[in-house]
Amino acid sequence: MLGYIIRRLLVAIPTLLILIVICFLLMHSAPGGPFTSERPLPPQVLANIEAKYGLDQPFWKQMWDYVWGIVTRFDFGPSFAYKDRNVNDIIAQGFPVTLTYGLWSFVVASTIGISLGIAAAIRHNTWLDFFAVGLSFTAQALPNFVLAPILVIIFTLWLGLLPGGGWYGGQWQYLIMPVIALSTSYMASIARITRSSMLEVLNTNYIRTARAKGLPTRTVIWRHALKPTLMPVISYLGPVFVYVITGSVFVDLYFSTGGLGQSYVNSALSRDYAVLLGVTILYGALTIVFNLITDLAYAWLDPKIRY
Amino acid sequence: MKHAPSFSMAALLATTIAASPLWAGSHATHPATGEALADDQTFTYRQLDEFSSVDPQVVEDVSGAEVVRDLFEGLMNQDADGNLVPGVATGFEANDANDVYTFTLRQGAKWSNGDPITAHDFVYGWQRAVDPALASPYSWYMELMSIRNAKEIIAGDKPITDLAIEAIDDHTLRVHLTGSLPYFATMTTHGTTFPVHRATIEAHGAEWTKPGNIVSNGAYVLSEHIPNERSVRVRNEMYWNNDATIIDKTVALVINDENTALTRYMAGELDRTEVPAGQFPRLKQEHPDEAISFPRLCNYYYTFNLSDNGPEEFKDVNVRQALALAVDRRIITENILAGGQPQAFTFTPAATAGFEVPDVAIASMTQAERDAKARELLAAAGYGPGNPLKFSMIYNTAENHKKIAVAMSQMWKQKLGVEVELGNLEWKIFLETRENQDFELARGAWCGDYNEASTFLDLITTPSGYNDGKYSNARVDELILAARTSTDTQPLYTEVEQILAEEMPVIPIYHNAGVYMIDEDVGGWPVDNVEQNWYSRDLYKLAK
Repeated sequence: MLGYIIRRLLVAIPTLLILIVICFLLMHSAPGGPFTSERPLPPQVLANIEAKYGLDQPFWKQMWDYVWGIVTRFDFGPSFAYKDRNVNDIIAQGFPVTLTYGLWSFVVASTIGISLGIAAAIRHNTWLDFFAVGLSFTAQALPNFVLAPILVIIFTLWLGLLPGGGWYGGQWQYLIMPVIALSTSYMASIARITRSSMLEVLNTNYIRTARAKGLPTRTVIWRHALKPTLMPVISYLGPVFVYVITGSVFVDLYFSTGGLGQSYVNSALSRDYAVLLGVTILYGALTIVFNLITDLAYAWLDPKIRY
Repeated sequence: MKHAPSFSMAALLATTIAASPLWAGSHATHPATGEALADDQTFTYRQLDEFSSVDPQVVEDVSGAEVVRDLFEGLMNQDADGNLVPGVATGFEANDANDVYTFTLRQGAKWSNGDPITAHDFVYGWQRAVDPALASPYSWYMELMSIRNAKEIIAGDKPITDLAIEAIDDHTLRVHLTGSLPYFATMTTHGTTFPVHRATIEAHGAEWTKPGNIVSNGAYVLSEHIPNERSVRVRNEMYWNNDATIIDKTVALVINDENTALTRYMAGELDRTEVPAGQFPRLKQEHPDEAISFPRLCNYYYTFNLSDNGPEEFKDVNVRQALALAVDRRIITENILAGGQPQAFTFTPAATAGFEVPDVAIASMTQAERDAKARELLAAAGYGPGNPLKFSMIYNTAENHKKIAVAMSQMWKQKLGVEVELGNLEWKIFLETRENQDFELARGAWCGDYNEASTFLDLITTPSGYNDGKYSNARVDELILAARTSTDTQPLYTEVEQILAEEMPVIPIYHNAGVYMIDEDVGGWPVDNVEQNWYSRDLYKLAK
């Protein structure tokens, strides 16, 4: 197992390097540059700026300097758009915000989603099942860009209970609506996957045997049905986890959280190469790590899987 | 020529009243208007985007410039009407040729750490602005100010110490220009010309603008900055006119979407926000004391590509005239934008100081007359039902731009049978396409850097880097050049606008308006300052 983990982590290094090269190529091939603006800069002014940021260097040298800076100094370079900050600052400020509401969203989505799915499967074809299915379909049909304004209208404008945006260090009142907006559709998906998986497991022979042996329902569910039920759920939760902790662009923009998703989008629009690249590397690294964790979780859940 | 203008008396009076013991610290009533003031003097406004910087010589965006104007103070300021009033300088003198300016600096002005502000701080700041090592995106502004040697320093041909600005003594600053510039002093209200505290920059390097490090000389200091969320500036106790400052704290909340911002305004989280297009009439009806609209120093137009890359069709002035005439600007301003924007028939907005909108034929016609004339001109150019005019027009992705472009293309189709292909481009792609003259008709807009007609009309001169349509007229170039040194510019600008109306290299659509929701307890918002150079120190919150 340890050897497998080390191999996977070693493979991550060339993967990230390829990611950097592809990103570099894509960014530089996109029309417009970081200093293209409504008011085109005079050639000499533009030349000074490009020299300052090393953009006057050959493409390969820019890429080499960038990678060298990361490897030797863990320096992801300066931001071209936000001149008082560098990429390290931007990630250090934005990622904890995103991580906080992302983790809460994940906990809420998976806890409620799995509970709802299990309850619906156990009480198959009862009012609870219909309620759970109806709720998950409704939640799935509400993307966050629809749900967020509805939440603000209800909780901010009508009831005056919650602020319409901001972060203020992640105080609970600023956390509630972003978490609901981000977690709802995932919660719905998790509930549906859990329900159908649990129904399938409950109809297997070994569960029938367990019931025939006279085991109480609780024991059947928790000891025998839950683990195999979670197999497809886990394969869904892995990517979801990466997605929610790297933030939702919409949630960041709508609730002005200051999270990393906002910086990511802004950097793409403003051709802020270093920020775009830095955040992409972070997202890439997180994806690699959590894919590995998902695979390890498989092995824990399914004794047939061994690395 | 000595400039000790009448503003000095008014400013002095206001300052004196404001500084009186009855006023100081009580926040009971406004010293000039007598209105009852709120106990909590916090002003919270929506900021469209995270600012690029609060370094005066580096900042390049509107959001950042607003913050910088509160944190720093230059030689001169603007009052609520946009008039020039003293800043760190109490006044200035210009020689007869208007190419040497001498500013007298205020005694007792201090940095937020208590250090005195001297002429050397301005020299340092202005040298930074042109320093190729700093690579200020606004270094061209110093060149625009005609400061001697600025151009050569930016090009790296001379050292920064050759910039023709000198500290005669601690309180006297002299600037030498390459030529006469009668409105030079008005350009010193721009953030790029603000002083910076050398010791702080040298001590903290790139970190000098962070809260806790930054030392500034304006009415406020930066106390908090959470990027993409909010920034807070609080009263600078060392500011020379601190006793007259009423707002204690200004909070800028970054909210990208204006509809979201409006919701948060309605929830009471903001004191000021912009009104999304089309919503002003409803808001004005529902909140008559809060919804306001006032002229801005900005225009909105479409430019023809007249370069060699441009289509042959647009080389014909009849075609350009026909298209310009057939645009019903009333529909755009009243039905699409609906925010009080005036229709435009000239390039320069009527709100520009010292500019009187000249009579141009297109403005005095009814829309029916314009449409008839347009059909006549297009037929004369050889286009009609059997040979429809076809071209493409581009705009950058934004709901308003799209609505306007669709409306214009429909007007042309219905009235003239013209077939238009619309191109909706991402911002940077749009800019590059336009800069490379890889278009036929492109959206354009401009906000004045300073309140004088040349800030707009320079754009359509042959050497201008912003002349994306590559329109070139020797007479226009000659008139604009003459205006730089003239004391009576109106006849020159009138002739330029008349030439533009005849040759129609651009189609002016509308002149912009500031369309805001401002809480009725906010006083002092400078609606008459068309540049919207506002200062928190001029605002106040009224008791509810």
